Amino acid sequence: MAIISFSKKRFEKDFGKFNESLQNKIAMFGTPIESFSKDEIYIEIFPNRPDLLSYSGFKRAFLSFLGKKTKLKEYTINKPEKDYDVIIDSSVKNIRPYTACAIVKELQLDDEKIKELVEMQEKIHITLGRKRKKVAIGIYPLEKIKLPITFKAIEPDKIKFIPLEMNKELSGLEILQKHPAGKEYAHLLAGKIKFPIFIDSNKQILSMPPIINSHSTGKVTSQTKDIFIECSGNDFKILKTCLNIIVTSLNEMGGEIYQMNLHYGKKEITPDLTPKKIKISLKNTNKLLGIELKEKELKKLIEKMGHNYNSKDNFVEVASWRTDILHEVDIMEDVAIAYGYENFIPAIPEIATIGKENKKEVIKKKLSEILSGLGMIEVSNYHLTNKRYQIEKMNLIKKQEEFIEVKESKTEYDVLRKNLTHLLLKNFSENIDSEYPQQIFEIGRVFCEEKEKQGIKEKEMIAAAITPGNFTKIKQILEYLFKMIGKETGKELIFREATEIFPYFITGRVAEIIFKEKRIGLIGEIHPKILKNWKIKMPVALFEIENIIEELL
Amino acid sequence: MIKDIKKILESLSPNEKKILPHLEEKNISEICKKSNLDKVSVIRSLNYLKSKGIIEVSSIKKKIVDLGVNGILYRKKGLPERRLLNLLDEKRILNLNEAKNQSKLSDNEFKASIGVLKKKALIELKKEKIIFNANKKEIYKKSPEEFLLEALPLEYNSLNSEQLSVLNSLKKRKKIIEMDNKQILGIKINPFGKKIIETNIKGKYLIEQITPEILRKDSLWKGKKFRRYDTTLSVSPINGGKRHFTNQAIDYARKIWTEMGFEEMTGNMVMSSFWNFDALFTAQDHPVRDMQDTFFIDKKEELPEKELVKKVKKSHETGVEGSTGWQYSWNEKEAKKLVLRTHTTCLSAQTLARLKPEDLPIKFFAIGKCFRNETVDWSHGFEFNQTEGIVVDKNVNFRNLLGYLKEFYKKMGFEKIRFRPGYFPYTEPSVEIDAWHPERKIWLELGGAGILRPEVVIPLLGQNIPVLAWGPGFDRILIDYYNIKDLRELYKNDLTKLRNMKFWMK
Repeated sequence: MAIISFSKKRFEKDFGKFNESLQNKIAMFGTPIESFSKDEIYIEIFPNRPDLLSYSGFKRAFLSFLGKKTKLKEYTINKPEKDYDVIIDSSVKNIRPYTACAIVKELQLDDEKIKELVEMQEKIHITLGRKRKKVAIGIYPLEKIKLPITFKAIEPDKIKFIPLEMNKELSGLEILQKHPAGKEYAHLLAGKIKFPIFIDSNKQILSMPPIINSHSTGKVTSQTKDIFIECSGNDFKILKTCLNIIVTSLNEMGGEIYQMNLHYGKKEITPDLTPKKIKISLKNTNKLLGIELKEKELKKLIEKMGHNYNSKDNFVEVASWRTDILHEVDIMEDVAIAYGYENFIPAIPEIATIGKENKKEVIKKKLSEILSGLGMIEVSNYHLTNKRYQIEKMNLIKKQEEFIEVKESKTEYDVLRKNLTHLLLKNFSENIDSEYPQQIFEIGRVFCEEKEKQGIKEKEMIAAAITPGNFTKIKQILEYLFKMIGKETGKELIFREATEIFPYFITGRVAEIIFKEKRIGLIGEIHPKILKNWKIKMPVALFEIENIIEELL
Repeated sequence: MIKDIKKILESLSPNEKKILPHLEEKNISEICKKSNLDKVSVIRSLNYLKSKGIIEVSSIKKKIVDLGVNGILYRKKGLPERRLLNLLDEKRILNLNEAKNQSKLSDNEFKASIGVLKKKALIELKKEKIIFNANKKEIYKKSPEEFLLEALPLEYNSLNSEQLSVLNSLKKRKKIIEMDNKQILGIKINPFGKKIIETNIKGKYLIEQITPEILRKDSLWKGKKFRRYDTTLSVSPINGGKRHFTNQAIDYARKIWTEMGFEEMTGNMVMSSFWNFDALFTAQDHPVRDMQDTFFIDKKEELPEKELVKKVKKSHETGVEGSTGWQYSWNEKEAKKLVLRTHTTCLSAQTLARLKPEDLPIKFFAIGKCFRNETVDWSHGFEFNQTEGIVVDKNVNFRNLLGYLKEFYKKMGFEKIRFRPGYFPYTEPSVEIDAWHPERKIWLELGGAGILRPEVVIPLLGQNIPVLAWGPGFDRILIDYYNIKDLRELYKNDLTKLRNMKFWMK
């Protein structure tokens, strides 16, 4: 989730009092207010709108939305001057193949603008840039660079420069090992024989993307007037859009945009602010949104979202810094936002369909009614558990097939539950101070491996446990349950003395539950050593069965 | 409080009647003895009599001197020094070892006995021998210690100075004495009570609990009086079995959707990335597909039929009619990765892929568990419930989407709903739903909805038809209804809380 912040003073200068009505407008523009204080406002930017990741970008779009400066904003863009060239060497092809570059001049930066610029760069890295994998942005004071610039890849040990925030020269590999940014992003260059660099015509290394800039070309300060910007990555289209977001924001801050010649096999010139054209149909828009706009109204709404509408050929000119317009429907959403979500009148259509509950769910509800009718309480446990609960406390042997792990869980719950039995014991163990007798049950999903297909099978289980409890009492419950679903003990339901040893039951007090000649579960008294593992102080009897819900469908 | 003698008399329980004549007794144990009732019943009856205004009960804290574990034993068997003295009565001189063996005293007891007897100048120790050197009469005299032990329990404040010094010396020995702070009930019968007691003694037969025996014979109840109960008294609470409160709420939501003509979808919780992400036009490098956010499982799942996979691939790479797609190279391996479903929208995707043109129009819903790799705190968990819905019909529109959602939340108890622009990779337009909380005066964020993108619908359904879709979370409304402050409550299974939790009354 990307949040941008800006000063309330600055906002009020541009938009007027930050009152409830304006706050509501901000939310209805699709940029919910996260929080605000006396001086600062924090708003959330959805991932489809990286063009709003700076205050300048937000201001441009919001002024238009409020109807103050509508239509596609035009920017003056200057042709490349002498030496405004970037040579892309073929050595970067399999490493970080593309870059899009620009120069912005005559900036009058102050601390607030620098903060805005740095934050925009960081936020784009995280969101659109997918943590610099897709896009990494470098910004350099132009006065320290001798143009033209080359983008190439060389062996890491030949790369030697002083990185930002360090005071000595490091090699490419040393940067990955020692520099904080190097450590954080080392995985992006893992396995590469050569590392990419930007180097100027004085053979001065400017940076090693996507990791770090050189100390000698330095950071942008309030003294900096002209800057060089590069975006590098593996998707040229995204890089161009990203560059457009940055240069237009810098223009909003007072800078003049200059293009650069990019020498790939063929020449490309960036930035390119030519708008994208998307067809739009008034009829489709009205149909999808359920409103009756006239073309003039449609035009006005489209313009409020910062686009141009061409009524002759029914197309929309979309800003070159928008990443979210893939299809006509994306324009329709913009129309809806401009129309105001609050202005749509909710309506339920008449569609004759017949409602139907899922049968499995109905049966689960019935089973729950039967058991709660006996005074039992339904519990609800997590579907994730851990090895300590599922295996160790149950005195089972830790074999691979006993657990299915989820990767890199952020909590102690990292195994899919294989049965409900151990969770009911966990529930008793956490309720030793609650009133007795305790009678609980759970009806729910468990997971097991499917050997042949290497996949995972999900089963619906019913488990019930009582404490203090004994075999007779729990068997009465199970038989009652089966009687209520119309299955008689002795006919469909049979109890068979357990032939294996189940470590968590008392041998001789556990039976296999046989339903239609198949073993569907176990019933018995829990062994004191297991009760001790769980610190349970009363005798426990329980059963757990599978396949019954499917059987009743 | 009933102040009418007749009424009170008719309301006295058998136990109360039993203790009434004995209320003048000094202490509870005497009342127990006389009334032939156990202590709990006596105390309970005293409380009832108190609530009926017959007696006043006061409790005083008293320090009581009583026997310890060893004290009880010694009162029965005699103090160790007594046992040693008895031996010395037979032989005036005893070898130390011999004395110890014959007396059958433990080391400690033996040492203590020697000490006590020496102090009283009854014996002397010489060369490993005990010599009794007092008047033989002394042996038969009861010692002050023995007097005290027999008299216990006593109130500490009532002890005289001699008893106190004996007590202090006994206290130094192991577990003979136990000091106890006891609450002593003082009973005072007020004049009204006295009247009751007098009348009660002459009282006549009242029917207590009605039993089958009484009912069997008319004569046992006809013309008889029933004891009057104080119907205002509180009773101890009882508990019943019940469905888990989450499921009660889910059952209700299920009813809402079916009443509106929706058919229920269910499906697996473990899903391939294909259904959970790819079929929903979520680009393969989207951050939600990181292990940071989603639970992955190291197993594989086969993809559905090739034709569908091809269409989804195309939708991602170059788009469907009128769309540019994400323009990257789609990887089948990514799509095979198994995840714990992060939303129930994967069920909608599977359902759409199954539909035939003749099935339309149609509406589906699901309420189910979803998972995200999150840490757990009061407002977050790795497991949560979502309520999912889709409406598939060529004539539905954005206003209908808002209509269904508004109706659902109205039935869930939220009258005021706000829709804001939102973003999901698979819907356009997208909506965020907020509900106004009239007491807390804030907007609750409930979750998302939208119209499925053509890039989702065309590969799955084979034609571009508007599909209204939503999948807001369910747990927020739940905890609000039950007034739970912490989402973890939903999985805590605290039986005391579950027993006391109100029912979902909708």
